[in-house]
Amino acid sequence: MTLNAELSHRLYKDMWRIRLFEEEAIRQTGLGAVKGTLHTYCGEEAVAVAVCAHLRDDDYVLGTHRSHGHCLAKGAPMDRMMAELFGRATGSCRAKGGSMHIADFSRNILGANGIVAGGIGPGTGTALASKIRKSDQVSVVFFGDGAAARGPFHEGLLFGSLWKLPVVYVCENNGYQQWVPRSNVAVVDSVADMAASYAMPGVSVDGQDLEAVHDAAGEAVVRARTGGGPTLIEARTYRFYGHSLGDIEEYRSREEVDEWRETRDPITLFSAWMKERQWLGEDEDEAIRTQVKAEVAQAVAFAEASPRPEPEDAMTDVLDTAWRVSA
Amino acid sequence: MRTIALRDALREALHEEMARDDSVFVIGEDVIAHGGPYTVTRGIADNWPDRIFETPIAEAGIVGLGVGAALAGMRPVIEIMYVDFITCAMDEVVNQAAKMRYMTGGQASVPLVIRLPCGPARLVAAQHSQIMESWFMHVPGLQVVAPSTPYDAKGLMKTAIRSPDPVAFFEYKALYVSEGAVPEEDYVIPFGKADTKREGEDATVVAIGGMVPRALEAGVALEDEGYDIEVVDPRTLAPLDMETICQSVRRTGRAVVCEMDSSFAGAGAEIAAALAEQCFHDLRAPVLRVGSPHVPMPFAEELVAATVPDAGAICAAVRKVMA
Repeated sequence: MTLNAELSHRLYKDMWRIRLFEEEAIRQTGLGAVKGTLHTYCGEEAVAVAVCAHLRDDDYVLGTHRSHGHCLAKGAPMDRMMAELFGRATGSCRAKGGSMHIADFSRNILGANGIVAGGIGPGTGTALASKIRKSDQVSVVFFGDGAAARGPFHEGLLFGSLWKLPVVYVCENNGYQQWVPRSNVAVVDSVADMAASYAMPGVSVDGQDLEAVHDAAGEAVVRARTGGGPTLIEARTYRFYGHSLGDIEEYRSREEVDEWRETRDPITLFSAWMKERQWLGEDEDEAIRTQVKAEVAQAVAFAEASPRPEPEDAMTDVLDTAWRVSA
Repeated sequence: MRTIALRDALREALHEEMARDDSVFVIGEDVIAHGGPYTVTRGIADNWPDRIFETPIAEAGIVGLGVGAALAGMRPVIEIMYVDFITCAMDEVVNQAAKMRYMTGGQASVPLVIRLPCGPARLVAAQHSQIMESWFMHVPGLQVVAPSTPYDAKGLMKTAIRSPDPVAFFEYKALYVSEGAVPEEDYVIPFGKADTKREGEDATVVAIGGMVPRALEAGVALEDEGYDIEVVDPRTLAPLDMETICQSVRRTGRAVVCEMDSSFAGAGAEIAAALAEQCFHDLRAPVLRVGSPHVPMPFAEELVAATVPDAGAICAAVRKVMA
């Protein structure tokens, strides 16, 4: 899929949708409307939108605890996501999942995941299903650099490569596993280098550069869809906010964060990239933000107007109780 | 009716469900070579070479892939060589398979069967002999099945494969070669229906999995002493058919709950507690549990005999509740 003016507009807008959705969610947490914690994706938006640009509705996406961006980029309705954060019965998961478990199966978004590396095995399993059914669906699993330490990462990549499954592993290396710099806990700098152990292509890209991610993801998705097996993409990126809300961020300097925000913001960079090509005028830029602000406001209004769950809802959806076996 | 071994009944169930539904597939270690250590998956590779996957030794990966394939509409049947090894995949079982339907507000269905060969059989000691049913009973979203006969094994396996939710299917290794009558035609056994394996008047012995034959043996031995025991086999521990168990106990007034696993915080503890809550006024003696002491499985024969309860231990407990 060529990164033309039309697609660029959509992806640019999607980055804003993620950014403003999350900043509103942070604000609503301050107001007490959103409870629990949030792991925000701000700063990493180019990765989700550039990867998901290559996906069809029936392709699978599995995420992390930091998955608002993956869900929005794959097409999850923003109003139901906001309602989920508000703990409302109309939420994506009917108020049973919250931020860390948002899923929208109608768009094959099989869920954010509160367990680090938790989506890698299941994501590889969706690809196995596609192989067995001989469909040409592709699965994309997003995970962080911290996940590359866990067994399920290694086991998942082994299976993916062993059976040449149609899966793309996308590591969002934001430099910190929660509060610890990757350099303190990793023995290889680039997660992409770990692909060699599993005999699959590994590529490291600048995750702030939408075009670079888009190119790498495009190649990987085509490889997966045409029987060439998995690819491990490392997108070097940065989160603008703390690990989760309330993070006092003693492990990194204010200067470091400011520098990324000022010089490496994927939205600013892509806006400039589009403007260089005469693909985005100042008023279009302004109009996009206005549209997204309206969408976010509408999502908040939807959430506010939605009913809270009933206490008895806590008891349902454990098992499919309507099911009866038949011979 | 013909008589076959429990492992053959399981194999038949797998073959029949594979033929019935294209979404069923088998995945596990050594499942093609020899059909697994217990030969349960033998023959599947001949009939459905594209629907059986022999894996690296990577339990977390196996179960993780199973969860994902199930989410995508397939019906994986996983073999974990020994239940002890499922501990390597507990995140995938507990945090992924079991919670997925709930966390997604009912969007997800995880039709996954995890076959768990369990219990002492040969002298393979602590890391190849556990049972662990209660670990899984304690997790909302899991169904726990523990058949004791070839008939139950086949009917429950078919139900497990057709179920829209994950199943931990306990196969007592010591029972694989035990034989019993199994019809040729298709049948299923619903979950949550206990089976009375022996009728009696004096005391109810609730026996789980591998303890069922021992309870029946105890029943014969106790006849000589004039005690007529009823043996109730829950067959599934989650859901648990307390209604049938309570009906029996209300009639006999006495209950002994038997399991092969450590009885501390075990499956039997749940049954005993529920009996205390629901049948207190019908009980003429305290509910007793028979199970292993709270120690890992030892190696030497004498030590195994000192831990795993036999028919004699059940007889002793029955005498106590009859006294």
